Amino acid sequence: MSTPAKEALDHSATPWLFLAAVATVAPHFAHQPSWLSVCVALTFAWGGWLWWQDRRLPGRWLLVLLVAGGCAAILAEFHTLFGRDPGVALLVMLMALKLLELKSRRDAIVVVILGYFLLLTHYFYSQSIPTGLWLLTALWLVTATLIRVHGGSAATTRGTLRHAAVLAAQSLPFMLVLYLLFPRIPGPLWGLPQDAHAGRTGLSETMTPGNIASLAQSSEIAFRVLFDGALPPRDKLYWRGPVLEAFDGRIWRPYPGVTPHPQLALLSQPVDYQTTLEGHSQRWLLALDAPSTLPADAILSGTLTVNARQPVVNRQRHRFSSVLDYRFNVEETQAVLQRNLALPGNNPRSVDLARRWRAENSSPQALIDKALDLFAREFFYTLRPPLLGENGIDEFLFTTRRGFCEHFAAAFVVLMRAGGVPARVVTGYQGGERNPVDGFLVVRQSDAHAWAEVWLAGRGWVRVDPTAAVSPSRIEAGIADALPAGEPLPALLQVRTDWLRTLRHRWEAINNAWNQQVIGFDRERQRDLLARFGLPDADWRDLAIALGTATALLLTASLAWALYHRPHRDPAARLWQKVLRYLARRQVHCAPWETPLALAVRLKAERPELAEPVAQVVEAYLLARYGTACDLKMLRAAIARLP
Amino acid sequence: MTLFATLRQRLFRWQSDGTAPTRLGQRRVFILPTGAGLLFTIALVVMLIGAINYTLALGHALVFLLAGIALNGMVHTFRNLHGLIVTPGRCEPVFAGEIAHFPLRLGNERNSPRLGLELEAAPGAGSTHADIAGNEMQRVSLPLPAERRGWLSLPRVRLWTRYPLGLFRAWSYLQPEMRCLVYPAPLASPLPPAVPTLRGGEHGNDGGEEDFAGFRLRQPADSPRHVAWKASARAPSRPLLVKQFAGGAQVELRLDWDLTNPALPAETRLSLLTGWVLAADALGACYALRLPGTDIPAGTGEQHRRRCLETLALATL
Repeated sequence: MSTPAKEALDHSATPWLFLAAVATVAPHFAHQPSWLSVCVALTFAWGGWLWWQDRRLPGRWLLVLLVAGGCAAILAEFHTLFGRDPGVALLVMLMALKLLELKSRRDAIVVVILGYFLLLTHYFYSQSIPTGLWLLTALWLVTATLIRVHGGSAATTRGTLRHAAVLAAQSLPFMLVLYLLFPRIPGPLWGLPQDAHAGRTGLSETMTPGNIASLAQSSEIAFRVLFDGALPPRDKLYWRGPVLEAFDGRIWRPYPGVTPHPQLALLSQPVDYQTTLEGHSQRWLLALDAPSTLPADAILSGTLTVNARQPVVNRQRHRFSSVLDYRFNVEETQAVLQRNLALPGNNPRSVDLARRWRAENSSPQALIDKALDLFAREFFYTLRPPLLGENGIDEFLFTTRRGFCEHFAAAFVVLMRAGGVPARVVTGYQGGERNPVDGFLVVRQSDAHAWAEVWLAGRGWVRVDPTAAVSPSRIEAGIADALPAGEPLPALLQVRTDWLRTLRHRWEAINNAWNQQVIGFDRERQRDLLARFGLPDADWRDLAIALGTATALLLTASLAWALYHRPHRDPAARLWQKVLRYLARRQVHCAPWETPLALAVRLKAERPELAEPVAQVVEAYLLARYGTACDLKMLRAAIARLP
Repeated sequence: MTLFATLRQRLFRWQSDGTAPTRLGQRRVFILPTGAGLLFTIALVVMLIGAINYTLALGHALVFLLAGIALNGMVHTFRNLHGLIVTPGRCEPVFAGEIAHFPLRLGNERNSPRLGLELEAAPGAGSTHADIAGNEMQRVSLPLPAERRGWLSLPRVRLWTRYPLGLFRAWSYLQPEMRCLVYPAPLASPLPPAVPTLRGGEHGNDGGEEDFAGFRLRQPADSPRHVAWKASARAPSRPLLVKQFAGGAQVELRLDWDLTNPALPAETRLSLLTGWVLAADALGACYALRLPGTDIPAGTGEQHRRRCLETLALATL
């Protein structure tokens, strides 16, 4: 079995390979460095021109030089050759350069396998339905290319595409079985490179004036929630993220040390729900205030934020219970209270104002009311606040008076601290939009919010939302209704037409179903599915048996299809075969080249007793098969008359 | 017979398929992955590890779909050979040293085409490519170098394909009963002198001048009167022709084994005789062939030539 490795590639197969390369490489142009895209496009053009002109392909040394140059350029761009982005860039470059080396069939196979690899890399960036569909099309094209390479010039375009489609369609059941039954191993298997999940948006761990406002301009979905019972009232939907206690005059940060375990007194029935959090590369999870039951692998911090053990890099599902009425740390340690009274030296006018208020009335509640009253009377809620300088809080309170939630929360906390009331900033999300199609509450980045928490003797930490004082509709209806027209909100959120809104809800519900059922098919879902089919507590051995059985069954079905041979369609020919079998039983053998007429003549000499009836059959057969009237009755009658 | 040979015989059916059309059944088609198939498998494993490591759900789906395509590709490759109908044809005789062609007819009773079929009669003999459209027949001829005179039997033919994906190679062995007659390689040398033969016996005219019957090469004994000057002038490179007349007496060539140099090897002497037969036939001369134990009376024409060449090809000395 010698392998003719150096079989030449036929000239007309090359456009297929170019098409496969473009289909697999082009979507990467959206996120790779533009110099690489330009180089790749130029290489494609060069290779295409060489093919068109039927020129000689560049020599080996030139290709080696080009590959080395490409590697050097990628190294200079990313400072490494390992990791997600440089790896993808390398693959794209190799694919482009391989097109300059299409000489033998083996080169073509390398291009196809590279193409399959490149298809996988697209999923690093998106796993949405459109990506899935586009890649299915590209897979079809690449497979058709492989078929074309082996079919040679005798393969028609139509036939090749159809063959690839048949092959892919026959493989879908295999994919389904493997997807459902292949033992799911929770990744990662080893430490992921730094850039594995780069470019994620979401809350950050610190707060400066303006960063939540910029987040609010994104309509990306932060997480989805499905409540077991009814949706709680909107003004209770405070999803707690990081709590910021340290303030340096400009930036708010969380306290870096350890806070004692929180003490919660539950005052109402818990609400059960499941959140599906998009990967945001941070450790915190988002739960309603205040979480009473946590997922197994989560930890509750001293400031009531729920943290995962590892950064959340992929979409994750979590089950929570929360109690919406609660008392939090009625007994607080001195260290925590002191920490939440600290102020940097700047913003003297604000401090002064708070001290004056405190002198008028020493009750903390009075101080809170005064501050909220101030905001309600003279302040504006806007996504485009003016820039603030050194004494940001002073400028905001006394000059600009325009701001987004983080400005109000920060100014409020500074006033409280100056007035002697322990206070801190809480960031997270507020509200969300219920999708009527699937009942999920959708919380977007535009729902990002910052509010304040003050400690009152006998009541513990109490939530105060100064934004609600400025713009009550922000809390009651959402950001799109709270902001005046002309604010730079994402177009998606400004949709007020009913049918467009319905369309958006549908699309998001489909996406959610896709994310929950297809992308989110993990080990637990697999276990649930097997339990439903009567295999509870399936371990990998059960899975292997089920997988083996199902694959074997499918392969048997494929083989049965391959072995199935349709019998002769011509009924006259089938009847003639019957006559030949009849004659064979009587020791008369008809050679393949012997025509029916020749057989009849031979019989006259060899077997006179059979000659006459067979001659009649032959006549009827020739009439039925080749005559104008396709009459089988005569043939059947003649056969019946055989002795 | 060694155990290995027995096993080979059992597995690969080295018995003859006869002269009837043969349909390739599932027991005759073998299949194994190719180098490209192994490369593809390695690529799939790497892709699966990548998909697990980065928890790419669609990556899993892609790898599984590709695995399904590879498995189905195996079935398709098998199906490309399975059910093919091979009918042996008739071989034209060749001279030793030429290439013998064994014609086969490949029949496809399916609607889908069978592409990328390769046939090879013997290792190194060069493979023949065939593509058969749906419900079509295709004639292929397998080249095989004919080295020695006599019967050349078609050795076991290997038929293989890698279509459609090239990840698997399916192959089958055919042993149709086909043989090709190989004539001895002709050696050119001057023809022996013609011998006049008396026919009828009554006419004493030397060379007969009654009815013109054709030309033959001039022998030194021929009278210059009989030279066909006009005919000879048309082909100046050839020796002179003399007119031949049908009559009581006729000139015939005797291609006799004993006229060849006995010092030469037997095969060379047969080659010389073959050359004479061809030369005599090209002239349209009347010639007889005599070998030890065989005597073919004088004659002309295609059938006579064929008979002489067959005798030379199969002569046992």
